[in-house]
Amino acid sequence: MELVERREGSVVVLAASGRIDHQTAEAFQKALEPHLAGCSEGGDSIVVELSGVNYVSSVGLRALRLASKKVKAQKGRIAVAAMQPTVAEVFRISRFDSILPAFETLDAAVGELQA
Amino acid sequence: MEVTFWGTRGSLPTPMQSSHIRQKARALLRAASGKVFKDEAAIDAFLDAQPFWTANTYGGDSPCLQVGLASKEHLLCDFGSGARRLGGAMLGKFGPGAGQTYHVLMSHLHWDHLMGFPFFPPAFIPGNRIIIYGCHDDIEASFRRQNQAPNFPVDFSFLGAKIEFRKLTAGETVEIAGAAVTPKLQLHAGDSYGYRIQAEDAVFVYSSDSEHRIEDEAAGQGFVDFFDKADLVVFDAMYSLADAVSLKEDWGHSSNIVGVELCQRAGVKRLALFHHEPVYDDQRIDQILSDTRRYEEIRRDAYPGHPVLEVLAAYDGLTVAL
Repeated sequence: MELVERREGSVVVLAASGRIDHQTAEAFQKALEPHLAGCSEGGDSIVVELSGVNYVSSVGLRALRLASKKVKAQKGRIAVAAMQPTVAEVFRISRFDSILPAFETLDAAVGELQA
Repeated sequence: MEVTFWGTRGSLPTPMQSSHIRQKARALLRAASGKVFKDEAAIDAFLDAQPFWTANTYGGDSPCLQVGLASKEHLLCDFGSGARRLGGAMLGKFGPGAGQTYHVLMSHLHWDHLMGFPFFPPAFIPGNRIIIYGCHDDIEASFRRQNQAPNFPVDFSFLGAKIEFRKLTAGETVEIAGAAVTPKLQLHAGDSYGYRIQAEDAVFVYSSDSEHRIEDEAAGQGFVDFFDKADLVVFDAMYSLADAVSLKEDWGHSSNIVGVELCQRAGVKRLALFHHEPVYDDQRIDQILSDTRRYEEIRRDAYPGHPVLEVLAAYDGLTVAL
């Protein structure tokens, strides 16, 4: 599992890759953590790009939930984007699409969070 | 061994409403449009081919299960509102004159798991014996309080059956009705206990009202061990994973996603989604079942050598042979 950062205006794009499961979720969570502090009202927004992630389990989804919870408490904005079809299915089945904004493409997510 | 579900709904009995019947009737009439049925068998065949929710219901009674064993004595799990119909069926089968012995394993003492007892007909009949087992210290007081005025007009002293209470200890296996029964402490307000029941070369695990903190790997491994190679696990899948880790965190229940993950790790053969959320109608539970089967399929290759996990959604009246 890797997390690569790049910036598009006020949006920090964090591109994840590999599997996010019980073996990698803790590392994923720790990798997200340093980026969360700057994600607040009037500050940066975060898009977690998942096009390189081929599997996510419950513990991986929980890591996203913890990041979202922290960002929301800071009145910041966070979303996920560009999920592979199977990951998108897991997102829907787990109903995470009801608690974390998800976009089909990275451009759509960046466009929305730049606004 | 066979397991019969007499109540599968969580938290509160949930009667079906007229609007639900209407919704089912509409769906069936649409599906039957233009068809001619030559006899009753053709009608049944048509109904069997429809989505479960249209011609059936998951039911609305709160938890009560019957574990059928070779023993002439009866083994039950929980005394939810489903116990009323179970007790009636037992009376119909054995009659009031032939004393029966009922062993009842209580997961915990929340009302939805207790409320069927005052309406359990065998409790009123002399010659019957009801032995209630559990790990909570106040189990007898809870049952007696439920039958006291003003809660209910028939006090314990008026019950005809002989009623006994026996304390169990988590992790200690005891023999009940010919089965080896092992309780396990679960995460739930006031504690709850799951039961691993082994008899006749089959293993059944009843694990209702149990929250799983997915970040707690040691606790997760404990449940993998508890479920190990079970033929059937009845699992509290009341919430979606999203709800279980957000709004309803610490509410004491779990999700279909975690059920699949634990059962696949443990090499379980069948998973029964249980303790259905009262706000879900039959169509919604059908969708959850379909989604859960898909999640199992997505993860199927994660544990080579383990059996393919069959996923079902428990409904009132379902019997599963193990």
